[in-house]
Amino acid sequence: MSEPNAAVSANKLMDFLKELGPAFWIVVAVLALLPVVGGFLLNDYIYHLIILTLMWSIMGMAWNLLGGFTGQVSFGHAAFFGTGAYTGGLLAFKLGISAWYGLLLGGFVAVALGAVIGWICFRLRGPYFALATLALAEIMRLVANNWVDFTNGPMGIQVQRTFTTKLPYYYIVLTLAAVTYLVIRAVIASKLGYYFVAIREDQDAAEAMGIPTARYKRLSLYFSAFFMAMAGAFYMVYMGYIDPHVVYALHDISIITIMVAMVGGVATFWGPPVGALIMILIGELFRRLPWAGTAHLTFFGILLIVIIIYMPNGVVGDTHKLFGFLRRPVSRAPGPMTAEKP
Amino acid sequence: MATLETVDVTRFFGGLAAVSNVSFQVNQGEIVGLIGPNGAGKTTIFNLINNYFSPTSGDIVFQGEKITGLPTHEICKRGIARTFQVVKPFRRMSVLENIMTSAFLRYPKAEEAREKARWCLDYTDLLAYQDTLGRSLPLGQRKRLEIARALATEPKLLLLDETCAGLNPSELNEAIDIIRKINQDLGITIIIIEHHMKVIMSISHRIVVLHHGQKISEGTPQQVVSSPQVVEAYLGEKYAAG
Repeated sequence: MSEPNAAVSANKLMDFLKELGPAFWIVVAVLALLPVVGGFLLNDYIYHLIILTLMWSIMGMAWNLLGGFTGQVSFGHAAFFGTGAYTGGLLAFKLGISAWYGLLLGGFVAVALGAVIGWICFRLRGPYFALATLALAEIMRLVANNWVDFTNGPMGIQVQRTFTTKLPYYYIVLTLAAVTYLVIRAVIASKLGYYFVAIREDQDAAEAMGIPTARYKRLSLYFSAFFMAMAGAFYMVYMGYIDPHVVYALHDISIITIMVAMVGGVATFWGPPVGALIMILIGELFRRLPWAGTAHLTFFGILLIVIIIYMPNGVVGDTHKLFGFLRRPVSRAPGPMTAEKP
Repeated sequence: MATLETVDVTRFFGGLAAVSNVSFQVNQGEIVGLIGPNGAGKTTIFNLINNYFSPTSGDIVFQGEKITGLPTHEICKRGIARTFQVVKPFRRMSVLENIMTSAFLRYPKAEEAREKARWCLDYTDLLAYQDTLGRSLPLGQRKRLEIARALATEPKLLLLDETCAGLNPSELNEAIDIIRKINQDLGITIIIIEHHMKVIMSISHRIVVLHHGQKISEGTPQQVVSSPQVVEAYLGEKYAAG
């Protein structure tokens, strides 16, 4: 009995991999081979930018599953990011265990946190969830800041970095991002994905079709919280230092996570990675302008307004608009259509 | 035993009784028409049956079990599916994906759900539209999408809320055929709300008439048409003379 079953699941896996398309493998292969083939192009700074882009991709993808596909917008995903980071940090700081275990354990702690907030908020509809997550992240920040005995408060947590070079972190975060991407694609291709999108599109219809909407909103939140916390735990081991104002930040984590997904393309698979790349590049650009200071936040706000008005589906979702803009002069040129007009 | 029974069902909205003390039975295999002037409480009855609102008092009994107060999704799982008067397609999903979503209730695997969805689309003559997005579908097809989506949950009782409103004459005949087929070939019991008298008179086995939230008549189409109360409340003098 087990053999045919194994064959069936192997077939399914093949189908899934076929549907995945070549883009994923090309991107992963290029990034994996880059240090080997193009090592001369890279320095620590470039490595750092790619590592951050991949980390933000994970965060954007995590938010996107809940906010984009399931339609439950969170304004406080820093709550899960910070919880992942602090889980890893506290393992090292309090128990002397490697902070790396935070990658998994942080995910589960964040799921537990999500269970509480989801249980309370998903009975209600409308903006309650968005407001509750906003409050949750702020509460977590204040707790981490003031519970000095447990979290070391505003002094933060420092752990010894495991590697002195960037390369190991590069491959680890690449693996994490690839796994996140694959899991989310598999989830969206399954019954879960259909239910998530149905909930976003019309909750009444979904409920009338036998979908327990509250339960599936919670499930979506658990996946999202898990990956967000994984990114947080990676941040801990990569940066080696966290404090409450960094990892539970409203503007630097919660809002930028939303921007990564929205600029790249809400409810698309490639939106968050593309959004992460754009946001990191813009952020670095501003850092190089001495007069700019923290003006990048202002610019991000303006960018978001422009995106919402002109490209509500983001760079990936509205690619045709970008290219349409480039093509427009061509289509205006005299041709069969214009020639026939009197 | 009746498939569905409403027992003295009452629902207040503020001080207004949208439905008051309505009791009726629907037997296995029947098509029961639910008619009445605008605001009579027809859609409210549907909303009470699948617990989109719960009744202020009274009970809904399905296959001998009280289902009053069960969550809407649980009622669907027990075998009551409905369509919406104001159609609610999943706008950014293709027609096939719309139906698959509801087929997942009985077929958790994507392949089987897709197969079931294709079957439902074929049954309701929508296969040509399977890749069309929900939001781009014309109204006539949207109404059929509602039926197909309800059908994919493999219901025992189907609640059709004005699925024939706004259809042109040829679409209307097609819709009547599909509803008959669902009842006769699949053995699904149906309650249908409809303003279109041709539809309701030709396909209903029995008719329940509501007026101001109260049941004023019940019987075969002929009995209902000849009831003076109904004529006065709803049908007008043309039918009374006939």
